Amino acid sequence: MDALTLHRIHFAFTITYHYLFPQLTMGLALLIVVLKTLSLKSGKAHYDVSARFWAKIFAVNFLLGVVTGIPMEFQFGTNWSEFSRRTGGVIGMPIAMEGIFSFFLESAFLGLFLFGEKRLSRWGHWAAAFLVFLGSWISGFFIIVANAWMQHPVAYQLLPNGVFEVSSFWALMLNPWAWLEYAHNMSGAVITGAFVMSSVGALYLLQRRDEECGRTFLKLGVIVGFLSCAAQIFPTGDLHGKYMAKHQPAAIAGMEGLFHSEKGAPLVVMGQPDFEAEKIDNPLAVNKVLSFLIYGTTAAEVEGLDQIPRDQWPSTLPLLFYSYHIMAGLGTYFVALMALAAWLLWRGKLYESRWILWPILLSFPLPYIANTAGWMCAEIGRQPWLVYGLIRTSEGYSKHIGAGTSLFTLLGFLGMYSLLSILWIVLLYNFIQEGPQAPDHHASGQSVTAA
Amino acid sequence: MGTLWFWIVALMLIAYVILDGFDLGVGIVYLLVAKTERERRDALRAIGPVWDGNEVWLLASGGTLFFAFPLLYASAFSGFYLPLMIVLWLLILRGISIELRGHSHVPLLRTFFDGLFSVSSTFLTIFFGAALANVIRGVPIGSDGYFFLPLWTNWRVGPHPGILDWYTVIGAVLALLAVALHGSLYLALKTEGDLEQRAFNQARRLWPAMLTVTLLSLPATVLARPNSLQNYRTHPMAFLAPVVVIASLAIVFIALRKSAALIALMGSCFYLAAMLAGAAAGLFPALLPSVGNEGHDVTISRALAGPHTLRVGLVWWSLGILLAFMYFSIVYWLFRGKASQQEEGYGH
Repeated sequence: MDALTLHRIHFAFTITYHYLFPQLTMGLALLIVVLKTLSLKSGKAHYDVSARFWAKIFAVNFLLGVVTGIPMEFQFGTNWSEFSRRTGGVIGMPIAMEGIFSFFLESAFLGLFLFGEKRLSRWGHWAAAFLVFLGSWISGFFIIVANAWMQHPVAYQLLPNGVFEVSSFWALMLNPWAWLEYAHNMSGAVITGAFVMSSVGALYLLQRRDEECGRTFLKLGVIVGFLSCAAQIFPTGDLHGKYMAKHQPAAIAGMEGLFHSEKGAPLVVMGQPDFEAEKIDNPLAVNKVLSFLIYGTTAAEVEGLDQIPRDQWPSTLPLLFYSYHIMAGLGTYFVALMALAAWLLWRGKLYESRWILWPILLSFPLPYIANTAGWMCAEIGRQPWLVYGLIRTSEGYSKHIGAGTSLFTLLGFLGMYSLLSILWIVLLYNFIQEGPQAPDHHASGQSVTAA
Repeated sequence: MGTLWFWIVALMLIAYVILDGFDLGVGIVYLLVAKTERERRDALRAIGPVWDGNEVWLLASGGTLFFAFPLLYASAFSGFYLPLMIVLWLLILRGISIELRGHSHVPLLRTFFDGLFSVSSTFLTIFFGAALANVIRGVPIGSDGYFFLPLWTNWRVGPHPGILDWYTVIGAVLALLAVALHGSLYLALKTEGDLEQRAFNQARRLWPAMLTVTLLSLPATVLARPNSLQNYRTHPMAFLAPVVVIASLAIVFIALRKSAALIALMGSCFYLAAMLAGAAAGLFPALLPSVGNEGHDVTISRALAGPHTLRVGLVWWSLGILLAFMYFSIVYWLFRGKASQQEEGYGH
């Protein structure tokens, strides 16, 4: 493999792995604030017990998010130095702001949230939880601003030495792409949090243990899950898709597998694109729906790949097509599952309906897949550009880092992340098996040694 | 504007070394001073609520460097590719060992995480020290502003240096000693009983070694980089840095004799700050000096981002750092005092 491909795989692998953790912690942070709020309002102990249980899971995932996140910042310089040199004056800004406005906030108050419950008042502890939530969501915002500038560059000017700088701070922060992407992404993170929470709730109810906490997890997970799954499709996904169709027609055509421009374009629900023959094999298509989804009318013409010069086609089209279809297919399933669960909850039958608890239990990995597929869609759809229309991916990597060196460190990360995965599985399994009523190890261990 | 951002980044890195320095230092001396399970837990509890925040200074300085001096970020990070990747792996291992130890029921697993914590802290400090020495010595920068350094070549300074040569090894050893002392003093301040005593003793043993290598590093720097004293000649104010270094070493010595941990730790903070400020003063206005190829230095003016970016940056940076100071004050205030006396954990 050549150096460019290896640098791309290097970044793709490390970012995909990294984002498994923040999507859960950003979603859980919100749910923990809800639990802490319910505890303050009702004074019921099991809300605090639940919050502490999820705080433990949050802490481990947050830590893995931190240690796998540092390589992301470093890799801009190490593997993508030419990109960094030319765009540091623009995307360096949100990256630096993330560190200064979000990481300081998060790290300071996470320490207080985890270690300070006895030292703070009930309101103080609620505030610590809220500030951790705020910090993690601000962090997501700045990263999306950086990514949105690569997707849809705004508010920049080119300096004589070939580097970009910000021409308007507010225009950079208010990039419409950033806000659409942020809304869609955060709602996706809440879906992961809600599915994981309701899955653990379903497990406890199926096992007939910790049923009070289990019902709380399930109820909160299903309500928040239903709202976020609906928001994921409408309005966030719908608006994002329409904006994308306007500014990245090649990406939309690739995602939908639309080879030829068409009036009343069909929506291909399933199929296997054949890019040599420029057709879809075994298509399961619904006529005119694509035109309607993008333009609100069934007659509108949708731009196909034939309108786009071949050297501007996204470089891995089949993967783009499948990423999009996996994301959209799972998103549809999520709404169906959560709508059904919410209806049963409303009718007071959810906790006894074991037939629905099973799919809720088993569905927890799916939001991870859907979020990953969504990001692959955004990043592959942007190709062959690194910064859309301005810098090609092939211009951005570190020319002085050879393919062998990149492969060496890629293998290193593969090994390191295998270790992290094993630890994650063991820890999470233990937490869930011990359950929310388990005594705190720190405290119990201490009393043993003190005695 | 460029000079201002040079010192902003330098200050952030100094804050990083002082803050993360003590928890790295705790890791270095951890196995030597914390013997029992209780002592190890106390040592970890002393850094538990703060180590992650301390590490954020590294990320925040990195981000600031990225946007203020994009060429430096691109050149230095790709040039130091291999050591930086090793640093990343060490940061991963260190992070998980601190946090996951507390979740391990099996004593053998705790012992494993103890070892991992200590080894990763030690190697991280060695790499940071060597990295700084590389920046002072200079690297073989090409006309495009890029370079690539192997881990080692012939162990000599000169036109084809490696990451490790005799000079950068001195830098690494000095960093190891200084940070180990810094961490011992923090432990002495935050713990009690045998652990506190052993931490004090460790600091007393480290002090003479640190003095020796500090004094050795000054002529070594002049040998490795002959023009490093140029700024000192034109701006005699810079000599304040070595004066503060010597004075802080004396303060640490006296405070150690009186077992005054806080004063000794303050002395160690000033020592680290003055050493780093002295190095920065010697570099200015270069950010990364070149060896072998004259005139290829990455300088402030060459690497500086556009004027609008920097003006806007100054506004939010000032605001953000003010907030960060506030958070740090709250956290350090709430967790003040001896760590072992503090109740911890969940629940009211």
